[in-house]
This record gives sequence, C-alpha cells and structure tokens, in this order.
Amino acid sequence: MRIGVVTFPGSLDDRDAARAVRIAGGEPVALWHGDDDIKNVDAVILPGGFSYGDYLRCGAIARFAPVMTAIIEKAHEGLPVLGICNGFQILCESHLLPGALIRNDHQHFICRDQTLRIEDVSSAWTSSYSTGQEIVVPLKNGEGGFVADDVTLDQLEGDGRVIARYVGMNPNGSRRDIAGIRNERGNVVGLMPHPEHAVEALTGPTTDGLGFFASVLTSLAGSR
Amino acid sequence: MLKPEILDPQGRAVQGALGRLGLTGVANVRQGKQFVIDLDGTLDADRSATLERLAAELLSNPVIEDYRLTVVEG
Amino acid sequence: MIDTVGRAQETPDQTQPFAELGLKPDEYQRIRQILGRRPTSSELAMYSVMWSEHCSYKSSKVHLRQFGDKKPPTDALLVGIGENAGVVDIGDGWAVTFKVESHNHPSYVEPYQGAATGVGGIVRDILSMGARPIAVMDPLRFGPLDAPDTRRVLPGIVAGVGGYGNCLGLPNIGGEVVFDPTYLGNPLVNALCIGAMRHEDIHLASAKGVGNLVVLYGARTGGDGIGGVSVLASETFSEGGPTKRPSVQVGDPFMEKLLIEATLEVLHAGLVEGIQDLGGAGISCATSELASNGEGGMHVWLDRVLLRDPTLSPEEILMSESQERMCAIVRPENLDAFLARCAKWDVEAVVIGEVTDTGHLTIDWHGERIVDVPPRTVAHEGPVYERPLARPAWQDTLQADDASTLPRPQTAQELQSTLLNLVGSPNLASKSWVTSQYDRYVLGNTVLAQPEDSGMVRVDEVTGRGVAVSTDCNGRFAKLDPYTGAQLALAESYRNVATTGAEPLAVTNCLNFGSPEDPAVMWQFSEAVRGLADGCLQLGIPVTGGNVSFYNQTGDVAILPTPVVGVLGVIDNVARRTPMAWGRAGTIMLLGSTRAEFSGSEWAHHVHGHLGGLPPLVDLEAERSLARVLIDGAREGAIRAAHDVADGGIQQALVEMALRSDSGAKIVVAGDPFTFLCSESAARAIVVTDDEAAVRERAAAHGVECTVVGTVTGGPTLEFAGLFDVSLEELRSVHEATIPAALA
Repeated sequence: MRIGVVTFPGSLDDRDAARAVRIAGGEPVALWHGDDDIKNVDAVILPGGFSYGDYLRCGAIARFAPVMTAIIEKAHEGLPVLGICNGFQILCESHLLPGALIRNDHQHFICRDQTLRIEDVSSAWTSSYSTGQEIVVPLKNGEGGFVADDVTLDQLEGDGRVIARYVGMNPNGSRRDIAGIRNERGNVVGLMPHPEHAVEALTGPTTDGLGFFASVLTSLAGSR
Repeated sequence: MLKPEILDPQGRAVQGALGRLGLTGVANVRQGKQFVIDLDGTLDADRSATLERLAAELLSNPVIEDYRLTVVEG
Repeated sequence: MIDTVGRAQETPDQTQPFAELGLKPDEYQRIRQILGRRPTSSELAMYSVMWSEHCSYKSSKVHLRQFGDKKPPTDALLVGIGENAGVVDIGDGWAVTFKVESHNHPSYVEPYQGAATGVGGIVRDILSMGARPIAVMDPLRFGPLDAPDTRRVLPGIVAGVGGYGNCLGLPNIGGEVVFDPTYLGNPLVNALCIGAMRHEDIHLASAKGVGNLVVLYGARTGGDGIGGVSVLASETFSEGGPTKRPSVQVGDPFMEKLLIEATLEVLHAGLVEGIQDLGGAGISCATSELASNGEGGMHVWLDRVLLRDPTLSPEEILMSESQERMCAIVRPENLDAFLARCAKWDVEAVVIGEVTDTGHLTIDWHGERIVDVPPRTVAHEGPVYERPLARPAWQDTLQADDASTLPRPQTAQELQSTLLNLVGSPNLASKSWVTSQYDRYVLGNTVLAQPEDSGMVRVDEVTGRGVAVSTDCNGRFAKLDPYTGAQLALAESYRNVATTGAEPLAVTNCLNFGSPEDPAVMWQFSEAVRGLADGCLQLGIPVTGGNVSFYNQTGDVAILPTPVVGVLGVIDNVARRTPMAWGRAGTIMLLGSTRAEFSGSEWAHHVHGHLGGLPPLVDLEAERSLARVLIDGAREGAIRAAHDVADGGIQQALVEMALRSDSGAKIVVAGDPFTFLCSESAARAIVVTDDEAAVRERAAAHGVECTVVGTVTGGPTLEFAGLFDVSLEELRSVHEATIPAALA
C-alpha cells in the first residue's frame, strides 16, 4: 500500500510519518505541496509541523497549496486522509473537517506524553484499536485547542465522530476534551497528538501509535 | 476578530496584565488582527470581488472569526 | 555624500568617531597604518565591529591558545578550533559537529527574541559546516527564582528557545536551568546545536577559486542589531535620514527552516565551494572571513544586497545583523542550479561578489569604492590584549570559610526535612515547566532527553549509532577555585555522557565571565581556561571550539565564573544506552568514593546561604575509571539504570531515579548519614543491576570503589533504613511544585 506524506514549506514530522508508515508495513510516498499530482496513492497523511511558519493562522496558507486541490477532491471520493497536528489544522481550514484549532488555553507550547481514549473505531485510521482503549502518544503543540459551536459539537458526539479524547488532563483547552475527530464517511481523520512518535520503543513513550498506520493498511486491504 | 463566543486566551491574558498594571475596571479585552494591504492601481468590481473572497477565505477563518473590510483611498 | 576610498585619501585629517564605535586610539592608528590612509566610514565600521571583544576575542585569545597547545593526540578530530564548529569522527563514515554559544546580553534586553536568535545563530553555524542540525540544548541561568526580574526574563527566554527550535523541527534534548543571585541582571542563555553528516559532506568557510561567485541568500537585510553603528549613519545622512535603528534582532524560524532545507540541497548536490553563515557583524564578518580563509581576495557590489529597508546606508548594510542569512561560494557554471534550488524553497538569493586574487577585500557602492582592506587584518589580525590579571584579595578568605563548620541536620527528622527542603529548592526542583515547552520528539531519533543525564540521539537508523551530549557547570565551585571548578565542570559533563553509556570524544565550551577589565575576573578566566585545557589533555578529549562571553556583570558585581562545558560522546548502538529509570526491582550500587565535602554544595547554598571553602576534590583518573565501568557496563548489559551523583549528592540522585521510575527503593545508609546523603564528592554514580557480581568485577578491574546501597522495591516509598522514609507522592509533589508556583 502506498501512503502519500505531504511536505509543505515548514512541515517537520513528514519524515516521522514516513517512518511510521514503513514500520507498519506500508510504502511511504513523498508528495510535494506544489504538485497537484498525488501519484495515485492509496491514502494521504498531512504531517505535523509549522507549515508556512504558522503565519496568518496555522494551516491557513497550506490549505490553498496545489496538492490540496487533488487531496480535497479525492477525500470527497473516499480517499483516506489523516491530518496530524498541523495536518489537523489544515483539514479544518479546508473544511474537510468541522471546527477549528486555537491557541492553547494556558498560552504555552506543551510537549508531553498524553493518554488518549479511542472512542470510535469505525474510521479508516482507528479500526485496529478497540473502543475505549487507552493509549499513550506524544502531544506537542501551541495551538491545539479544538473549538466548534455547541450544535457542531453535539452533532459530532451524537454521530460518534469523536475518535479520541484526552484522558487524565486536558492539555490545551480543547472543548469536550476532544483530541481527534472524523468526517461522516470515516475516511478523513484529524488528530492533535502525534502517533508517528509512538512507533518505536527506543524513541517513543510506547508503540501505541502504530495502530493508526496499521489501521489504514488493513482498511485498504479490506476494500480491495 | 475572533467571534464573541470563541475563547480568546490572549485577550484574557492581556486583560489580566492591564489590571495588574493599574488599569481598573477592564470589562473585557479581545485581541484581533489587522491587515493593511497596499494596492497599485484602481479597485474595480472584479478586483473588489476577489479581495472580498480572499478576506473571507484566506485572511479570516469564518468558523471562528468575523472580519470587516474597509477601503481607504490612497 | 558617500565616504569613498578616494575621499578618504583626500581628507586625511577628517575626524572620525572611532571612540563611539568602541575603538581605542592606538587601534585607530593601527588601522591607519594598515591602510596607509584614514579608513572610510564603511571600513571604520567593519574594523570596529570585527575588532570588538565579541568578534575578535581580543581579551581571551592569549588564554584560549592553550586549547590548541595542549590538544591531546586524537584521530577523531576532523576539523579543529578555528572553523565555525569542530567536527568529530564518530565511526562508520559519520561525522558530528557541535558547538555552544552565548546570547546573554540580547536576552536580557528582549528575552524572547534574544533567546530565539541565539538558537538561530548556533544552528546556522552548524549548518555552515555542511551538517544537518539534529538536536539543540540550552543551558540557562537566572537570578533568584522569586526575583521580579526573573519572572520578567525567564518565561520569555524559554518561550523564545522553544518557539524558534520547535518551529525549526529540532528536538531539544537537554540543558540545565540554574538560579543564582549573581545572574540577576545578567541571565545566561547558552545555545548548543549538534549536526550530523557523512565525512564527504564537510564544508569549510573559505572562498577559493578566482572567479567563483559570492552568493548571499536567505532573508533580506534590514536594520536589525545595528546599534552603535548608527553613529556613522547620522554622520553621512545629514539630510534627515532615519536615525533610529533597532538594536534588537528579530528571528524568523520559518525562514531558517527553509534555509536549512535549501542549504542541505545545494551542499549535497555539490553546488557549493565554500559556505559561511552570517552572525555577529553580518556581511562584514562573512566576507572578510571567507576572503581571508581562501585566495585572500574578494570583490563585493554592496548595492546588490536585497534590502528589507531601502533607506539603509552602506555602513548599516555592512553591519546589519539581520537573521537567517548565509553566504555561499559558487562556481559560475553552478549558479543557475544553485538559484533554482533556492527558488524551490522560496529562498531569495543574489550574487553580491566574486573571488579575486588581489589579496584585498574591495567593496563598491553604486560604482564607488567604499572599502579596500586586506581581509586578514579585519577577520584574524585584530588586537590581542594581555589583560592584567590578579588573584582576588578575598580568595584566601573565601577558601578558608569551609562549609564543614555549618550546623548540620542530626536527627532522622532533621535529615528528612532537609531532604524535602532540598528536593524542592529551585536548583534541584523539577524543570519540566521549562522543558515541556520544548519539542523533544521531532525527527524521531531522540533516545534520551532531560531529565536524563545526557541527551542522546540516534544518527544512523540502520546501525543504531548515536551521540550523547551533556552540558554542565557549577559556578559556585568555579568561584571557590576557578581552575578546579572548570575541571569539575568537565568531569561532570564527561561523567554524564559515560553514565548513559556513551564514549566521550570531544569538548565544546561557553565561557561566561564578568568584565575582562577587572583583573580578578581575568584571573578567574585564565585559571578556568588553564584548568579546562589541562583537564582535556588528561582525559584525552580535545576542545573543538566554543565561545567566550565577557562583561556579564552589573556594576562591580560579576556573575559567578561560569565555564559551561559540553562533552559529546558516541555510542555504537543507542539500544544499549543506560537510562535513569530503575524499573521495579534490582540492586542499587554506589560507584566511587564519598568524602565529607559540603563547600559550594546545594545544602550550604540553599539552607545556609553559604558559599565558602574549597570545591570537591577533582580526580580525573578516577573519572576515567568510573567512565570505563559505566560504558562497559552499558555495553555488556550489566548496568540496567544509572545516574551520576552531583548537585544535591546521593539523596538527590536517588530521589530523581525513584520519581523517574515511579518506583520506590530501600536504601542502606553507609557511614555518617548526612555525609552519605548530601556530600557532593565527584567521580560517583549510582547504578542499578541484576548482576551485582559483574558490576563488582568491573569496578575492581578499574580500581573503582563499589558498595551496595540498597534495593529497588517498586513500592510507594523511598526508605532510608533506620532513619526515615518518605512517600514518592510527597516527593513528587514537592519536586514538581516549586517552579510552576513561582511563575504562575
């Protein structure tokens, strides 16, 4: 399975996302922000980082990159897309996901090993977890507070579209402790914490993050 | 500007600081952004429409922000 | 009216503001001698900045020579002192470059930007050696935690370090945070960067090849950091030019990220003959250094420099310290390819000059010659001072005032409350308020990061080869005896690297001192350098480069002499590293000998506000032997966890290990309890093993004293048998509360 990993100017965790794909058994394919050709990949990851320096708003400029035109189109057709951290911000700015991400409520950048509870396993990216499973993955952001109006939040909750929630402490002020959400179809997932940093015992707090990458490989294999 | 219902942690931090530094009775502080765009030539209908669209799509995020566009003759 | 070389020749008696620019009369005369005429205002600006303390090291050169003179024989050094950063061979065709620098004064003025641009500067230094930056570390020193000015500078500095480093995508893997009254008004922000490359990628800052082009690329040039040079601007711009120039440099980490990617691409594509970053003294420094390291000649068309601010005068352009700029020497046939790579990353680039064989650096402004100098005289032949030095009159009294006379805790109750008091003291408390603002995960190769003894990153993902770095300095020890204090800093850094299982290879240093015009400070400096040079020779690891920061003082009170030492080590396979966490079982052993040494200790400082006596004994042979046991123990798997014993003594080391593991232990105190718990004797480490015999054998083989001091229990308390116990919960709450509470 070929999983595209997009590099925008300022993307930082693209290498790590590629490594995670490789460890999970997939083939990472580098996608350049300026190309509108996504090389027929089977899924796409928008990695973490500071695309365009987080200038204007996080992800606001990246969202208009040529590569995003193709990704948005394919996402509407069912292409699995995972947005991690800055990637999540880009998905919200593109309106592939509802809501927005704002500055952490405590005003600081925070890097910590965060416990999450996986709440929905129907998405392409969470199918290899079990509902209610708690995992520990690194969280690192300054603008990680997920916000949306109450109507939207109720809808997300009601439809089971909250895929992960913060457990133990809310590290950034996200409403309803939401750490990640999916779209209706379940192919597009946005997640604030970084599963790609929890794939090797040597360098991560756990290897709990592998599940996200394993899930999409299984989902894709299943749909063939 | 962030919409009124969105939490503005920076505005809140500024409000605290104003109080500590001697300004009493600060009811609220909202922090926003201002873009000053210098354009060459005239602002015809087409250009105006583009500007309006970009104000709504790029310069602001309508999910969390309101904007106001003011044209000042140069 | 531009001050050209021609005009300078015609107006030899024009008075020039050399004093306002920091030049002494004899230095000004020397410039006149070198040039055979008065300097133009641009030349005066160049000399004044390049001959400043910061750029020329004039007060320190005579002392720093020792690092070269006393260099231990080693095959590992690929590039030594004198280049932007030293480069060390770590095996398998890999090389690592590392260096630490200071950005102290700017951080006092503008904490966020001062710290941010400090990170930016050191990263560019590493980049200019041809390496991909792979990690950063930031030793920080502040005044007392509860001082209002600490609350002003600390959060901004930490946010700046994090803001810049995180945006660049460099994991922050270490760097101590220390509080002491002498740093109030003089916070120390030292920034370290590590880079990795293959041997063949090493590049030097030289302009070779007549006809090759000088390309300036990166951010546009603005009025950042010009400061005093504006004196000249107001001289030549009498018709109402802007007189206010910002003296603070503002960093743009996004631009630096693009610069890193573009630079690595042009380096790997073989498009670059020489490369230099623009740091202090900007274009003046880059051009004069590149020229003097190469053929010796360069011509520059200064008006081609891309400007952010079109009102800048040529003097200001030459002096500007705008960030995120680099200078490359490119063959004409490679220029298009070079520019194309820059364009891919949206990095502006422009040809501003070419290499010549004239032996002179000539600079034109719109066709008029404004600079014509021999570049070596600017970049390398600056003044060399032999500053007077004198052992301070108070040194003997200070050393005689030993801490052994201070009242000590006697009862178990007193020992317990002393432990809790110290664990929660600012220097020993948890620094996670600071370190959680740094990304430690980016790049996915961080194997160990603070609070572990050293930061360790994997360099080769296939073999697991990696490097470990630690920075240390106990300024109090250095004040008690600068020679010994510097050696203790070296010893501690060396020990920290070995504790994690890595083999120490090379040294960098950031020497932070007061005013060189004070003979007492110069004595401290000369003693510290001598101690460090002697120590490096004895340990067999060379100094590869470093930085000197003088003038860290407010009025008459200098900071503690603070020679920060960074040691870099290599480990064959990071999978064999030794972490601090001791799991749920195991035998706890103490390696090394404990003496009753409390002078300069955290206990004397925090409990009694006392500084006096002699620092702990330094025994570099003992450190070497200890390191062998630690490194071999890691490699063979006999040592499962380890932590060096330093500030706060054995009790602090044990508390830190217990909290890191969330697992308690039962400790059997040997000898006098207070000495066992709080003495700060050097050359010691705590190790945890499941094979006591193997550790004993190793220790005996190297003549290292070895005692079992306890067992890991996995329980909720840390018990000091027969004395007291304390719950991990209480320890954690005391340890973690101090810094957040002070900064709330």
